[in-house]
Amino acid sequence: MNNNKYLREELIRQSGVNPKKCMKCGKCSATCPAYDEMEYHPHQFVSMVESGDIEPLLKSESLYKCLSCFACVDRCPRGVEPAKLVEAVRLSAVRKQGQNRMSANDVASILDEDIPQQLLVSAFRKYSK
Amino acid sequence: MQVNERKPLIVAFCCNWCSYAGADLAGNNRLNYPADVKIIRVPCSCRVNPMFVLRAFQRGADGVIICGCHPGDCHYTSGNYYTRRRMAALFSMLNYLGIEKERTRVEWVSAAEGAKFAATMNDFAQKVAALGENKRLEDLRCKR
Amino acid sequence: MQRIGVFVCWCGSNIAGSVDVEAVSQALKNEPGVVFSTNYQYMCSQAGQDMIVNAVKEHKLTGIVVCSCSPRMHEATFRKTAAAAGLNPYMVEIANIREQCSWVHKDIATGTQKAIILGKAAIAKVNLNAPLTPGESPVTKRALVIGGGIAGIQTALDIADAGFPVDIVEKNPTIGGKMAQLDKTFPTLDCAACILTPKMVDVAQNENIRIFSYSEVSEIKGFVGNFDVTIKKNARYVKEDVCTGCGACVEKCPMKKVPNEFNLGMDNRSAIYIPFAQAVPKVATIDPNACNMLKNGKCGLCAKVCAAGAIDYTQKDEYINEKYGAIVVATGFNPISMDKFDEFAYNQSKDVITSLEFERLTNAAGPTAGHLERPSDGKSPKTIVFVQCVGSRCDACNEKGKEYCSKICCMYTAKHAMLVRDKYPDTDVYVFYIDVRTPGKNFDEFYRRAVEEYGVKYIKGMVGKVTPEGDKLKVQASDLIDNKQLHIDADLVVLAAAIEPDKSARPLATMLTASMDTNDFFTEAHPKLRPVESPTAGVFLSGACQGPKDIPETVSQAGAAASKVIGLLAKDKLTGNPCVAHSNELMCNGCSSCERVCPYGAITYEDREFRMPDRTTKIRRIAIVNPAVCQGCGACTVACPSGAMDLNGFASNQIMAEVDAICK
Repeated sequence: MNNNKYLREELIRQSGVNPKKCMKCGKCSATCPAYDEMEYHPHQFVSMVESGDIEPLLKSESLYKCLSCFACVDRCPRGVEPAKLVEAVRLSAVRKQGQNRMSANDVASILDEDIPQQLLVSAFRKYSK
Repeated sequence: MQVNERKPLIVAFCCNWCSYAGADLAGNNRLNYPADVKIIRVPCSCRVNPMFVLRAFQRGADGVIICGCHPGDCHYTSGNYYTRRRMAALFSMLNYLGIEKERTRVEWVSAAEGAKFAATMNDFAQKVAALGENKRLEDLRCKR
Repeated sequence: MQRIGVFVCWCGSNIAGSVDVEAVSQALKNEPGVVFSTNYQYMCSQAGQDMIVNAVKEHKLTGIVVCSCSPRMHEATFRKTAAAAGLNPYMVEIANIREQCSWVHKDIATGTQKAIILGKAAIAKVNLNAPLTPGESPVTKRALVIGGGIAGIQTALDIADAGFPVDIVEKNPTIGGKMAQLDKTFPTLDCAACILTPKMVDVAQNENIRIFSYSEVSEIKGFVGNFDVTIKKNARYVKEDVCTGCGACVEKCPMKKVPNEFNLGMDNRSAIYIPFAQAVPKVATIDPNACNMLKNGKCGLCAKVCAAGAIDYTQKDEYINEKYGAIVVATGFNPISMDKFDEFAYNQSKDVITSLEFERLTNAAGPTAGHLERPSDGKSPKTIVFVQCVGSRCDACNEKGKEYCSKICCMYTAKHAMLVRDKYPDTDVYVFYIDVRTPGKNFDEFYRRAVEEYGVKYIKGMVGKVTPEGDKLKVQASDLIDNKQLHIDADLVVLAAAIEPDKSARPLATMLTASMDTNDFFTEAHPKLRPVESPTAGVFLSGACQGPKDIPETVSQAGAAASKVIGLLAKDKLTGNPCVAHSNELMCNGCSSCERVCPYGAITYEDREFRMPDRTTKIRRIAIVNPAVCQGCGACTVACPSGAMDLNGFASNQIMAEVDAICK
């Protein structure tokens, strides 16, 4: 638990997110386009980080399903910015693995040509350290 | 850590109806501003005699700020206009005597502007602190 | 030499939490003139006041310094205490060590040090205090109520019932306000018009009440008991006293495509209009921005059909001057603009509406005659989604919304949902909520009935996105209890928009020199104990201009404000402020500088005979201040070249002493 406490503070510091500001309205999850792909949803990220229950998040595929579209950041009435928290957890997981989850080549091979370039850029940002 | 962390001494004259209430509101909302600012309540900013400002500098104040109601909002209809003119003349004379313009200020703060009051005091205190101690008009005979 | 007692208040932990009160009272013990110094938990409590009274008697005190909250809060309290102890009430000075010290400085050492300095300044001032006796001023026995909604109506009726004349100033052509637009009222489901319109008629028929509709307050001068107010009566181009409200002009007017404000733009009205059937006063008004006659000089149909001859295209704005003893602010609220909430597609689809628009849609006198129809195509909606907290409870940095809870939305949404299910049982009704807040008599029971008896689907979660697609609204929302994302094809989306004070409130507060909070709600003199009074004497608050309120609360506050006004108007004289200017006749040289700066004309001159040291007499011109007219601003004291003019309570030597104490 102590370790988690440290990790919690580290995540909060890195992301600049204050999960205590959350009023648990769920608008982040309501607005999330990747909701059905995710095991843990944006509002759960906020509440689980706050309670120190971070291990399941680190193991979850949800980290890589977040599109970083920042819709939740834009819509959150309390200015909590869940996407930044997801990103911080993701970085923490990627760093622990000691390697990038995907190389640039992998990304190119799984993208189809209709996908906008912006998404490509965001994918690079997301799946590498 | 800091070599010279001298606390400046700032006298703030606040009119009872707007600025003093604004200061109260800053307190109500727990908005921090430096403790170096000491407020003197006057009925209206036009009650501030240039003598008081000179006296403050004579006694070693580092900055003097006068706060009143916004132009047009004076509880006594026109008091703040007098303040504006009187203080413009006084401050330009003080500037001539070597009291930097940043050490003196007239600011309009309404009763609803607690945040503005705190921001004004933070800014003023910072500017005065940056100028350092004010020796120009200090009368050493008044020192105890 | 004065004998001063210093009383340091803890204010519970408000002061004691960040100021060492014991150290303050010890440090002030040895100041010049101080013979007694102590501290106590609550100086303003009876026990604290008794302590002061006893100390005055025991130590033969001549002056009192209370280190406590702002003098704006308790100066009057401690002056009364001093009077009870047999002291002159003006021998009391307050050092503000709460608002200016403990609440803004978290560090105990800093706070304590500053508190000591503030205390020293107050002691230095009291040393130079002189006993003062207040003068008296008459009270104008007439009240002004600004705003003609349910708050203003109730206040005016209550004051008028007590026998005092009241004027209501309303900026719209009719009184009635927001309540007139509502359909039913929670939790009893009374029809709003049925309970409001009789009150409006009462107002119209009450001999003590005058209504200035389509008017605004343009200038306020004076002070408690003697306000001098200018009311701007906007030109309505119809003679109010001649118009019978028959409506012939409204029917004949060719300009019929003006958005109807009363129905929030959901239908149209004509250029000459009567807002609704039960309007008070029931008088037509011409909208100068829409009327062809006023814009281009062509038409004049209404004048032709008016049998009473009430139309007057040349009417000008009229300014009325009236004196009042008290002013009640009842400027009310408006829903906030939904323009910035793109995610709810309010500006993209006509079928996304606010709750107030929904109110008009279900109102029998509304644009659809009470049939629930979609604004876009008139079809009856089969799936309705209500979204709560739109713009309420936002982060302080959020530019779209408000930080506070709007208080009434939970209940009116439950009401809307229940009414829909009652009238159209085949409709699916969803309510997305963050919390359901129902503190109030029969409120929670009402909400539970909506769920249990009427089958409204309450879902804990928020709507994230509304997308118009074909004739449907795709609603994407979260269900936090079932942990899933919902996709609903809705026909109608109703947004419970946050409410904000009316835009006219801020300029009015400026005219009244009344204080407002950061949300533009008027602040009360004391949040708990003086909730219907503004800190500015003679100004009272009624209804939602002070904070979000439902109807019963508004009515009770209106009654409370009225009783305060009645209490004030019942007095024949008010004791004035003794802190007025006075001229030292020996120093005055009659130069007229003071007369020129006095905003009240309180200074006159007279020739007076003086005996000179050589036993001759000399006639000199000297200034005389009329204490009843002087308001004590002190402009003259600075203008006086010889220093003859001084201000009671804020004398030059007192302020100098404060400066000295602070700059030590």
